Amino acid sequence: MFDRIREIIADQTGKNADDITMETNVKTELEADSLDIFQIINDIEDEFDVKIENLEAIQTVGDVVKIVEENKN
Amino acid sequence: MIFSKITATGAYVPDMVITNDDMSKIVDTNDEWITSRSGIKRRHFSNGENTSDIAARTAEKIIQNSGIEPLDIDIIIVASVSSDYTTPSTACIVQSKIGAKNAVAFDIGAACSGFIFGLSVADKYIKTGVYKNAIVIGAEVLSKYLDFGDRGTCVLFGDGAGGVLIEATDEKTGILAEELGSDGDKGMALTGGFSPASNAFNKFNSNADRNLRMDGRAIFDFATRSVPKSVKKLLDDCNFNYEEVDFVIPHQANKRIVEIISRKLKIPMNKFYMNMDEYGNTSSASIPIALNEMVEKGIIKKGDVGVITGFGAGLTWGSMLVKI
Repeated sequence: MFDRIREIIADQTGKNADDITMETNVKTELEADSLDIFQIINDIEDEFDVKIENLEAIQTVGDVVKIVEENKN
Repeated sequence: MIFSKITATGAYVPDMVITNDDMSKIVDTNDEWITSRSGIKRRHFSNGENTSDIAARTAEKIIQNSGIEPLDIDIIIVASVSSDYTTPSTACIVQSKIGAKNAVAFDIGAACSGFIFGLSVADKYIKTGVYKNAIVIGAEVLSKYLDFGDRGTCVLFGDGAGGVLIEATDEKTGILAEELGSDGDKGMALTGGFSPASNAFNKFNSNADRNLRMDGRAIFDFATRSVPKSVKKLLDDCNFNYEEVDFVIPHQANKRIVEIISRKLKIPMNKFYMNMDEYGNTSSASIPIALNEMVEKGIIKKGDVGVITGFGAGLTWGSMLVKI
């Protein structure tokens, strides 16, 4: 799951997927603004067939993975 | 078969220009923040003109550009969410101002899809042979509904009006196909002009909020998912080749949303016309203002086929395949 989420995030932010880890901060390090995060979440929702509401908690890539796991269960 | 041909366009925007720097003096924002998230650099705000004033100026320009006599106009439809009055309708005020005494005049409310919905209604009158021509205008003075303390919304909107004259023809041109839809379940994602049911016998303490309020994520989600679907359905249902689309005029809400729509449709960005940098989001007026600008600048010419697509509060959406 991490690899695919990393690809989606890299695609939207224009960064290299290899440089993205679970600890990477989406906002400060990847410079994703609110619209980038909306689109990342939309792509993840479509990819994993989940509905994600709690975007405020997202800081790191690990937070995104955690939210997807929580919403999948 | 009768088709509705677009025979003239017109637009009018108030001349008071407010830049992002001007906005940053009254609300906590800056040019970089607004530009990077929306593509908006300036907007025009009313300096006292109301919606019927700018709609009437637009109608005058359409009349000027077409040569039609006001007395020969069959219908006037104004799409607006910011009318001067609940009644009379803005269309009736326009009728009076331009002296179109023989016209039927009424308003239509479908927010940012309003111009498309109005055009769709007018097209049906023409297709059924009831009327021969119609003026359809989208006109908004949204600045009167903005909360200038809410930086998430007040920087996004502007005032303006635009419209077209459509006329009956036997030629296969003008409005070729359409795809409209609504999703009232998500209506609270974008609201404005709330009017509580209070009266002399039923006074309740309501914090009536007239201002525009928007759930950014819900609207982003709606626009980036529903618009590509609508345009795909429009083109697929009439087996129209995407590569033959000469231009796309999307509702001018946000450059970033338009880029996603372009990517999802696989229609290149250079076919999408955008002018939100100058006007911001003018709701029902954004598509006809853009169409008029393209005609005036010679960007589109007779015979070009394109898509106009609106989306917004309601929620509503509507796409049309049009031949110029």
